[in-house]
Amino acid sequence: MINILNHFSNELFVGFGWTLLASFLTLVFSLIFGIFIALLEVIPHKVANKIGRGYVEIFRNIPLLIIVMFFYLIVPKYIIQLNGFTAGTIGLFLYTSAFIAEIIRSGIQSVSGGQMEGARSTGMTYKQAMQYIILPQAMKIVIPPLGNQFVNLIKDSSILAFVAGFDLMYQANAIASVTFDTMNSYFIIGILYLIITMPLSYYMRYLEKKLA
Amino acid sequence: MQTWIDALSWLNFGFLLKGLAVTLYISLVSIVLSFILGSVLGIIRYSKIKFISAAVGFVIDLVRNLPLLLIIFFTYFGMPKIGYRPSAITSAIIAMTIFESSMLAEIVRSGIQSVSEGQMEGARSTGMSFVQALWYIILPQAYRHMIPTIIGQFVSLIKDTSLATIIVVPELMQHAQVIYGQNANYIVPMFAALTLLYFIICFTLSMAGSYLHKHMAS
Repeated sequence: MINILNHFSNELFVGFGWTLLASFLTLVFSLIFGIFIALLEVIPHKVANKIGRGYVEIFRNIPLLIIVMFFYLIVPKYIIQLNGFTAGTIGLFLYTSAFIAEIIRSGIQSVSGGQMEGARSTGMTYKQAMQYIILPQAMKIVIPPLGNQFVNLIKDSSILAFVAGFDLMYQANAIASVTFDTMNSYFIIGILYLIITMPLSYYMRYLEKKLA
Repeated sequence: MQTWIDALSWLNFGFLLKGLAVTLYISLVSIVLSFILGSVLGIIRYSKIKFISAAVGFVIDLVRNLPLLLIIFFTYFGMPKIGYRPSAITSAIIAMTIFESSMLAEIVRSGIQSVSEGQMEGARSTGMSFVQALWYIILPQAYRHMIPTIIGQFVSLIKDTSLATIIVVPELMQHAQVIYGQNANYIVPMFAALTLLYFIICFTLSMAGSYLHKHMAS
């Protein structure tokens, strides 16, 4: 195990960086896109509701691997060249957005009702009420589930190993295939994942208790 | 159009369905096993038995915070090290069960905790033992509330079985790869078929979950 740490510290460091980068990029973009989809689902417009709902149902009910492989194998063949990291991150982004949209929609719906009528009756437009009254309250409720989704996202980013995305999981396979020391390679990578995910999920549990 | 007809010939489609059967088999066995194991672990964690609950809780947290892909590799390469050589399918079932049990244990624990306050004291004050109160009062209510969440977890289990393709389990994803590996032109029809098959199964289950959610709430 010490051998691996000595010889492959560079690979481990790089893998750690790519995993964090993929998770961070996906989080930022899918948060924005997720809020957008959630709004599509709640605004009073039938067609928009259907589109938002459809997006969530489709992307929540197919495996992440299929979405990622689609961008890795099919998109480069017919549309545009993408490297493994980009293909994987786009796949993660589309998949995670559906889950984030679902969390935010239920957050919005749990504060709506009376709040919306109250805000409208003071003369606010629907957009103003949504922006200043509903969304700020909803965002506060959804912080713990969003945090858990972020933990899931970090774990899911291991899918990049399928498409040569240079992340931790990919490095683990690479190190294992060079050293033949599979168990120790995966053990070290496991600890590196836990360093990111454990504190986050304990913090989310603490927040859940505090907010409840 | 001809490519699509060739790609989804009876032979190929039958091969995909065989893969689907393996996917469903792995999912079903893992669902049953992890439901039992997850419930036991969740109850142990809730029960606050000295040392044991804390130790079980810690292990659950470790497993929950690791990527499933890593656990699949761990079981696949680790089992032979301890002298047991399972087939790829069994190996996948073991990995899925370990991972999903830890997820379900957490769902069960928080489900019990959400109904137990007050209820537990009430039941105990009527003279019931801790186990009796848990079995007759707390668990029936807790499971009723948990059903939608548990079904959601099963949907993600079914989707996650596609990861087992990396250890060459002959499941749906793997069989599709075999087909488009032979003829690269079949790749789009194969992905369409994959998406549709997974979607039909997962969507049906999700709908059942949200139906139950509404039903239980009223």
